[in-house]
Formats: sequence, structure tokens, C-alpha cells
Amino acid sequence: MERFAQLLDRLIYTRSRNDKIALVAAYLRDTPDPDRGWALAALTSGLDFPAVKASTIRDVVATRVDPLLYSLSRDFVGDTAETASLIWPRLPTGEPPPTVSEAVEIMAGMSRSTVMAQLARLLDRLEPDGRFALLKLATGAMRIGLSGRLARTAFAQAFGLDVEQVEEHWHGLRPPYADLFAWATSPEGAAPAIDPLAFKPFMLAHPLEEAQLDLAEFAVEWKWDGIRIQLVGDGNVTRLFSRGGEEISGAFPEIAAAYPIRAVMDGELLVRGDVQGGEAASFNALQQRLGRKKVTGAMMADYPAFVRLYDLLVEEDEDLRSLPWTERRARLERAVAQLPPERFDLSQIIAAQDWATLVQLREDARSQAYEGLMFKRRESAYMAGRKVGHWYKWKRQPLTADCVLMYAQRGSGKRSSYYSDYTFGCWTAPPEQGGELLPVGKAYFGFTDEELKWLDGFIRRHTANRFGPVREVEKTLVLEVAFDSIHLSRRHKSGLAMRFPRIARIRSDKPAEEANLIVDLMALVS
Amino acid sequence: MSSAPGWLRPERHGIYLPGTDCWIDPSIPVARALVTHGHSDHARGGHGHVIATGPTLSIMALRYGEQPSADRIDYGDTIELGDGTNATFLPAGHVLGSAQILLERQGERVVVTGDYKRRPDPTCAPFEPVACDVLITEATFGLPVFVHPPIGQELDKLLAALAERPDRCVLVGAYALGKAQRIIAELRARGFSDTIYLHGAMERMCALYEAHGVPLGPLALVADATLDDLRGRIVICPPSALSDRWTRRLPDPLQAFASGWMRVRQRGVQRGIELPLVISDHADWEELTGTIVELAPQETWITHGREDALVHWCGWSASPNCSIV
Ligand SMILES: [Zn+2]
Ligand SMILES: [Zn+2]
Repeated sequence: MERFAQLLDRLIYTRSRNDKIALVAAYLRDTPDPDRGWALAALTSGLDFPAVKASTIRDVVATRVDPLLYSLSRDFVGDTAETASLIWPRLPTGEPPPTVSEAVEIMAGMSRSTVMAQLARLLDRLEPDGRFALLKLATGAMRIGLSGRLARTAFAQAFGLDVEQVEEHWHGLRPPYADLFAWATSPEGAAPAIDPLAFKPFMLAHPLEEAQLDLAEFAVEWKWDGIRIQLVGDGNVTRLFSRGGEEISGAFPEIAAAYPIRAVMDGELLVRGDVQGGEAASFNALQQRLGRKKVTGAMMADYPAFVRLYDLLVEEDEDLRSLPWTERRARLERAVAQLPPERFDLSQIIAAQDWATLVQLREDARSQAYEGLMFKRRESAYMAGRKVGHWYKWKRQPLTADCVLMYAQRGSGKRSSYYSDYTFGCWTAPPEQGGELLPVGKAYFGFTDEELKWLDGFIRRHTANRFGPVREVEKTLVLEVAFDSIHLSRRHKSGLAMRFPRIARIRSDKPAEEANLIVDLMALVS
Repeated sequence: MSSAPGWLRPERHGIYLPGTDCWIDPSIPVARALVTHGHSDHARGGHGHVIATGPTLSIMALRYGEQPSADRIDYGDTIELGDGTNATFLPAGHVLGSAQILLERQGERVVVTGDYKRRPDPTCAPFEPVACDVLITEATFGLPVFVHPPIGQELDKLLAALAERPDRCVLVGAYALGKAQRIIAELRARGFSDTIYLHGAMERMCALYEAHGVPLGPLALVADATLDDLRGRIVICPPSALSDRWTRRLPDPLQAFASGWMRVRQRGVQRGIELPLVISDHADWEELTGTIVELAPQETWITHGREDALVHWCGWSASPNCSIV
């Protein structure tokens, strides 16, 4: 448990993705089975111990600590598990600290009547950092920003494997992943059997940069503005996975229920509307359904979801991924016929005669709320990851707005001495009529190193206020901000949120009073 | 506060002894000031007359210029303040020259701890417990979540981080008075003999410690070093310089911060700290409560810090009258 506690602690203080991967990889390499498997599960999906409720920790602490001292401490620390780990008055047990697997075993065996005594006894065997790790493990709330994808990347790095290979084997396996580690640690060892009807790593597209493609070799489709999903059905249960490999079935029960077939398909999740070819709504409407674990009947009725399919990876028990796109496409067109049309349709192929037509289609993409165009090489197999030369995406032109720099925050790692995260705003009304600035977005890329130095210097010379790592800046500098789209958001005071904002240009030539108004941005909401 | 002596009282700007017109650690300029130690929330410039230990007077001279009038008082020595009141300065174990002040008048004994800690520190004399009727204690870390780990454990983390990154440096944010020198001295005590590099703001305070007999080993200024000199080195700077532009002259510094507040993870994460070092020169919860139990005063007054929890603890643990001043 101490080694795991140390890993957890270091992950908390590490901001760089590569450093996080290296830490997890080192842990996986150096820790014996089955501890590393349990740790991996805890860091990603979280383990569930039904006997440990949210209130259990407070109740256990109350058996040894004065309630007022606890609540004063909890208010100061801000996190229950951390408060408990620090305040716990340890009674020596003479027992060594538990390993991760021993702790998992004990916690899995706890019942409502034994949890208080057993948790207390585990806490007594640990130092503060170990207690913190144990309590985070017990409540399944690690909250350290470790995605499944990052964990699998770390796993691959630890054992010198290709991450796509790991993705291939990962799904369908259960903690503590004994087969997976056995395979990874002995190169000659047999790979765990791949369940054909399990999640498959996505094939990804490269951005198209200037070059023109030969339309005889590439098929063209719209790039739909929804979310990419994979449907995995085994005839009984159907699961939906996001691009990161996270399961999102719970948010779209009507889709899973309408997919009774044994097949793995790739497509775009959308909600009904009247753009994107007249059938789908904008991304903005889909937002209403995202990020919710449970959905209501009203939501399903107001924002009916459907999937626009574009690839077939597995049919029955046959893996089709090595076939050329043309063959997969033909089989997909046949397979769609088995599915209810109100929930599933096909992403149509755009029959373009020449490149000029496509240039025009891309120009018009925004008015129809398409995200752009997709190019797929007709002869390509379905390959995991982003392989050069097979799939390209050609996004619509970004939108831009002139915004005023309002706040700046220091970056992390190599940027920790630079103000590199910018919050910018637009006017509620023309400033001469008493308008004020409200933040409309945040960006931390898009600028060159030279521009970063210049911005950093500007911010230091024009600081109006300091709040810890954040500086409020005199509202004089205009930034031209590019963004892919903008939508309504209740989380922001301006009521707006940008997708993929970046700093396109520094407009030191432009007076702040001439920056855009909030209403200008409202008009761009799609 | 039934038995509170009438001859001293807490005021907004410090503890005042009306009969003698003396103040303890006043935050505004006064005619006569008794100063427990050199930290700026205790020692201010501009007093008419200062009574403090030799090192504290040196620190004040460094920060505010030579005091116009001062009494230098050694640990264990007593000075008459007038009105039948005597003051004795005793080691507080906080930083070089730090003192508790024992006040005696007509058989009543009051101890003002100033800032203190009970752990060993190679840069200053250890805290000396003194029985008293009234204890006026600090409570900076007056919450039971603050139990400082042994300093050795934290320095092991620092040295491990250093060994892991031979191309980078570890930049340790530490208060220029006390914390920085304690870390250096503790590293030396563990046999660490490499040159330690300093931010310019640390230089004179380190020299002052050495002049008072605290050897700190080989030190050099970052300003005099090249980027390559600093690879694999420990660099110490004031906390405010941690993410300053100054750090751009360092080889990819790993940001460490030595402070008791680092016990709470979010405190470090919010500041972008990568290596928190829980090292404090203040008493932790166990030291605060243990000292009250050990000295068994009839009354405890709590000055600066987080007093609610300690006041509650006093009542709950059947310790003597306890109040916030
Ligand atoms: Zn102090
Ligand atoms: Zn203080």
C-alpha cells in the first residue's frame, strides 16, 4: 500500500501527461501481481465496495475524534478522505501495512455491520499517506485525472508494447488483469484471447494540410458534428464506447436497446434536428444529453438520439478490420437494414466530381452545421490509431472574434514562470454606453514562443490585481481568438462557451473598445 | 479570565504591559519593545528601544538598519522592566535567536512563547519548558490535521527527487529566515556536501547564521553560476520567487516548497508545487497540546493562528481556562 500511496501522491502533484504516464509505468513494472492489477483498476475505473458509503469515513473518524475538531479540520482541508487520513489517531496493531490486494480483499468482504471496525483496523496499520490512499481506494473517488487511455498508454510503455495492441486485449478483461500482466511480462507468453465482440481501438484521421487528394482513391463523407462512438453488441448486451474507450451506454439507453445484433460498428452519435443534411441537430443540442449518467424520459423525447454509421468492424464472430474499406462498406450497407431506421442510418458517400466541388462544400459546411469533410482511402484496412495516409479530416474554417484579455494564469512545467493561460472577454454593450466585459473563453495555445514572451511581459507590466497564481490584467489588449464553434452554457456568466479556442493573433493595434460584443458571439451560436 | 493578571493585556498591536509601557512583538512603532524573534510579523523597525537576543538584534539590523537603542539579552538572563516586573528570555526553538519571554511580577508568572517548536533544530537552541500561571501561546498550526512528519523523511524525498533528475535542479521555496538555513544544516548533518545554490535574497541571512556559529557548508549564488553548474543541484529561494521570471535561468527546475502548510495537498497543488516538503518551524498540533499539558498553566491565552480548535480542545480535554486574545 505504501508504494501505491506514493504513486497516488506523486500523480496528484504531476501536471504533465508524459510524467504521469512515466510514473504509472514505473509502478506497473516494479510492483508484483496482483497488487498492480488492483491499483490499475483503482486508478482508472475505480473499484466498488458496497459496504463503504460516502458517510462511512466520517462515521469511522467519529469513533475516535471529537466531532467539532473533525469538522473544523474538514472545513480547512476541504476533502473528507484527506482530513480523515491526517486526523486519524492511530492505535498500534502490531500488524504490517496491508498490501493493495489484501486491502481490496478485506474491503470486498466487509458488510454493513463489520465495516466500521474493519476499516478502523486497516487505518491503524497505515501512516497518513497510506491512509489517504486506502480511503480513496475505499470510496472509489480517486479524482486524479487519469483516463483509461492514459493508463493503457502507461501499461504499454511499462512493458514495451504498442498501445493499440494493449487496447486490443484490454477490453473484456477483469481486475486484477492477471492474464494481461502475464502476457506483457513474458514476451513468449500467449496473448489473452481477443473477444471479437469487445471494444476495438478506433481508427483516427489526420488533418488534411493543403494537399489535394486523388478522388479515385478516396471516398468522401461529411464530418458529422456529434460524438464518435463504437457500438458493441453480443446479441444480449449492447455497450456504447466513447473515443477514449470509456463506456457511455447509460446515457443513451434507447440506442443500446435498438441494437440487438452481434456486431461492432463505428459511427457518429447525433440527436434529431433539421441541420446536417436536414436530419440532425447541431452539436449544441447533443450537449444536452452528454455528461449525464442517468437520463429521463423527457430528455429522450426532447432530444431523440440516433447513430449515423460509417464502419463495420466485426459481424457475428468475424473480424472484418483487415478487409479494405470498400468491402466493409458494402457489408455495413447490408447490415444497417437489420436495424430500426429511426435509431440508425448510414453516413452517405459524397459523390464529388472534382476538388473544386469539395472546396465549395467545405465553405458551406458551417451553414449546415457539418464539422467538415472526411476522406477515407478505399483500399485501407481498419487500423487502430492515427496512421498516416489512410484517413483525413478537413475541418470547416474556424470562427474568430476580437476579445479583450482579462486574466492570465501561470502555466505548468516549463511554462511555470510564464503567464500562458488566458481568459478573455467581450462587451455586454458598447463600452461608451456603459458596457462591461464578461469572460467568454480561455485559451492556452495558438501563439508562438515569441508571442508568449511578449504576452508574459505585457501581463506583468499591466497587472491590475493578483489572486494567487492568477493576475487580473488592465483591460486594454485585444486578442483575435479562433474557435471551432460556440454554444450556450449555463456554467459561464456570459452564457457562452467556445469549442477549441486558441489565440490566432495579438491585435495590439486595436483599441479594446472595438472588441466584439457578447451579442455578436450569440449570433454565432449554432 | 478570573485570574488574569491585570498588569498585562492583549491589544491589537501586541501584548502591552501598562505599568512599564513595554510592548511584546508590537506591530507598530513603540517606545519600548520586547521582541521574541526576527520574523517580520514579530520584529518591526522604528521602535524607540528594543530588548531582544543578540541574534535577533543582528537580524533586525540586517532588515531595518541598526536600532537606535537596544538591550541585548542572553538566554536565561533577566531584565527589570520597572513596576516590579522582570523579563527573562528563554530559547523557543523556532529560529536563530528566537525566545520565549517569561514575565514575573509579585509571584505571578506569565510565559509568552512567541513562535516555537519542540523538535530538534541544528540552527537554534531547543525550546525550554517553563512552568507558569498563564501561557500565551501561538497556534499557527492549531488543527489536529497538522502533525508534522520527521524532517528526515522530508529530506529523503528531496534527495530522492534530486537523484532522479540529474539534468534538472530542485528549486526549494523556503523562508529566508530560519527555514532555509535549517534545511541546509539538516542536509549537512546527513552528509550532503554538494554546493547548495542560493537566490540573492538568501545570501546575507545565511552569512549572518554562519557568523553566529551555524556552519552551512559550501554555498554559492545562482547569479554566479552557469546553467550547467546548476544541473543536479539544490537551489533555495524565497517562496515568492518560486515561479518568478528569475527561475528561467535555472535548468528545468522541479518546484519544491518547504512549509507546514504542505501537509494539505490542495495547498501545494494550487500553487503548482511538484514536490511538497512538510517542514515547519512552528509547533504542530501535538506539540501545541503537549506543551499545554506539560506546563499545566492555570490559564492559556492563544495569540496568532487558528485558535478555535485549540480553545475547544482545552475545554474538552479538561485543560485550564483557555481564551483567544
Ligand atoms: Zn516566526
Ligand atoms: Zn509568527
